[in-house]
Amino acid sequence: MSIKLEAVSYTYMPGTPYEKRAISDISLEIEKGEFVAIIGHTGSGKSTLVQHLNGLLHPTSGRVLVDDIDLAAKTPEAKKIARSVGMVFQYPEHQLFAETIYEDVAFGPRNLKLDEAEVRQRVELAMEFVGLDYGKFAHRSPFHLSGGQMRRVAIAGVIAMQPDYLVLDEPSAGLDPAARNAIFAEIVQLYRTRGITVILVTHNMEEAARLADRMLVMAKGEVRMDGKPKEVFRADRELLHAAGVDVPRMVELVDALRLKGIDIPEDTVSVDSLVREILARQRRENAC
Amino acid sequence: MLTDITLGQYYPGDSFLHKLDPRTKIVATLIFICSIFLASTYVAYGVLFLSVLLAVGLSRLPAKLVARSVKPLWVIVVLTFVIHAFSTPGAALFEWKFISITDAGVQQGVLMSLRLVFLIVVSSLLTYTTSPIVLTDGIESLLNPLRRFGVPAHELAMMMTIALRFIPTLLEETDRIMKAQVARGADFSSGHLLKRAKNLLPLLVPLFISAFRRADELAVAMEARCYRGGENRTRLHQLAYAPRDGVALGGVLALTLALAWMRWSGL
Ligand SMILES: Nc1ncnc2c1ncn2[C@@H]1O[C@H](COP(=O)(O)OP(=O)(O)O)[C@@H](O)[C@H]1O
Ligand SMILES: [Mg+2]
Repeated sequence: MSIKLEAVSYTYMPGTPYEKRAISDISLEIEKGEFVAIIGHTGSGKSTLVQHLNGLLHPTSGRVLVDDIDLAAKTPEAKKIARSVGMVFQYPEHQLFAETIYEDVAFGPRNLKLDEAEVRQRVELAMEFVGLDYGKFAHRSPFHLSGGQMRRVAIAGVIAMQPDYLVLDEPSAGLDPAARNAIFAEIVQLYRTRGITVILVTHNMEEAARLADRMLVMAKGEVRMDGKPKEVFRADRELLHAAGVDVPRMVELVDALRLKGIDIPEDTVSVDSLVREILARQRRENAC
Repeated sequence: MLTDITLGQYYPGDSFLHKLDPRTKIVATLIFICSIFLASTYVAYGVLFLSVLLAVGLSRLPAKLVARSVKPLWVIVVLTFVIHAFSTPGAALFEWKFISITDAGVQQGVLMSLRLVFLIVVSSLLTYTTSPIVLTDGIESLLNPLRRFGVPAHELAMMMTIALRFIPTLLEETDRIMKAQVARGADFSSGHLLKRAKNLLPLLVPLFISAFRRADELAVAMEARCYRGGENRTRLHQLAYAPRDGVALGGVLALTLALAWMRWSGL
């Protein structure tokens, strides 16, 4: 059970003067249960890549297989399997349309032809997941909410389809830190409790380092690095800079401390573990 | 895909026609179109044909592209031919009950359809070689003298520019919202008419909301920068005539004079 890309390339508007090769020759496999972060500069092809994962775009060349089914096949199975990959677009609140939040979140489940009781149950669950009280919000208009709340409604609309894979394209763009943290916390909770596979496109390196267990670094339409966040940030800095990726402040701090001769393990990437390391060192020193 | 529609069919390049001042191109196109109607003899049509070929050559556009410009209007071209072929009096070539095709009719039909084709090709050369924004600049500049008579030249041009500016944005937005709803299982392409119209709601509602939001934001941004109409505004890209503009205008005028002369002398 996995999403598999085989030598995928995609060209926008082929055969016109505006032809643009957005991604080239990407091969990778995302296993069920992984939490993958995709980072890279604006225009590096992240959005184009993820739109292949549920068949919104079909590769100009190459294949995309979800659970071993080719998404480009025009069969009912291909269509069905594409539905198992949920997609939260950049600024998803721009897709809200219904008169009430309930109706909007129910749009996806209804398209799955579920009966109304099941739809209602899923809407309740999804709204609860994104921290919107069902009783309070279900019958309100989605257009009178704050930006952060609107985004949660939109995310709930995707979660309500209960996908096996969830792709989020910069879900925190344009939100204030509190709303951003809340959304990331919900994604993590979803990942832990539902065991779904998460593919997160983000600009926020700290978040990527903290949340993901695998990181893809994209530049100029190619995947330049693929590995654990620790490995990626420890790898060739030149390569990272060339890809336009800033190393997290934490990694820089650890580097600076190590330069000063303070012995902290090189692979410390979170604040918590750094604090633990420093406390442990102090205790050791005090003991002497 | 929706964003595949290239706006106003502009085809970038740096040919003689691309480099001409937009005002020259607009005026020359208008004159050329008028001169098409001066032609009445085979010789005159020959001259016209060669001039159109020359213009296409000077644009260095792919021939396929130019041919494609006639395609959406071929029904009208054929219809023109048919109407003329049937309705012009003359010696009958073919007769059946009350329908008759005359020799004069066929001749007239061919010439009229040719006129149409010339007209379409020449005007699409203008839009192929001029970006919409530059075209608007040209129109504004040409309309400027009419401001004295109360024609709001600048405001008209500004409205056109803004509309043009937002067409690709809205197309992109449509594409994005459509994808987002398809990802949630929306179906925009099946069902009977009423159902299909209803299915479009998840696309149209967000699209209108976003268009209004953008309009609002733009208005605020313009107001915040104290934008006000045309009086004494300077511009980033000044239009300037070059010697080639004289050459182009001279060429078109010479063609018109030649055609006028042929018409009066009956050649
Ligand atoms: N609909 C489109 N039409 C044409 N070109 C596009 C379109 N979408 C993206 N591109 C181009 O493809 C490249 C990759 O874009 P994208 O996948 O959106 O990158 P990212 O999400 O990493 O910012 C960019 O150069 C962009 O200009
Ligand atoms: Mg993107």
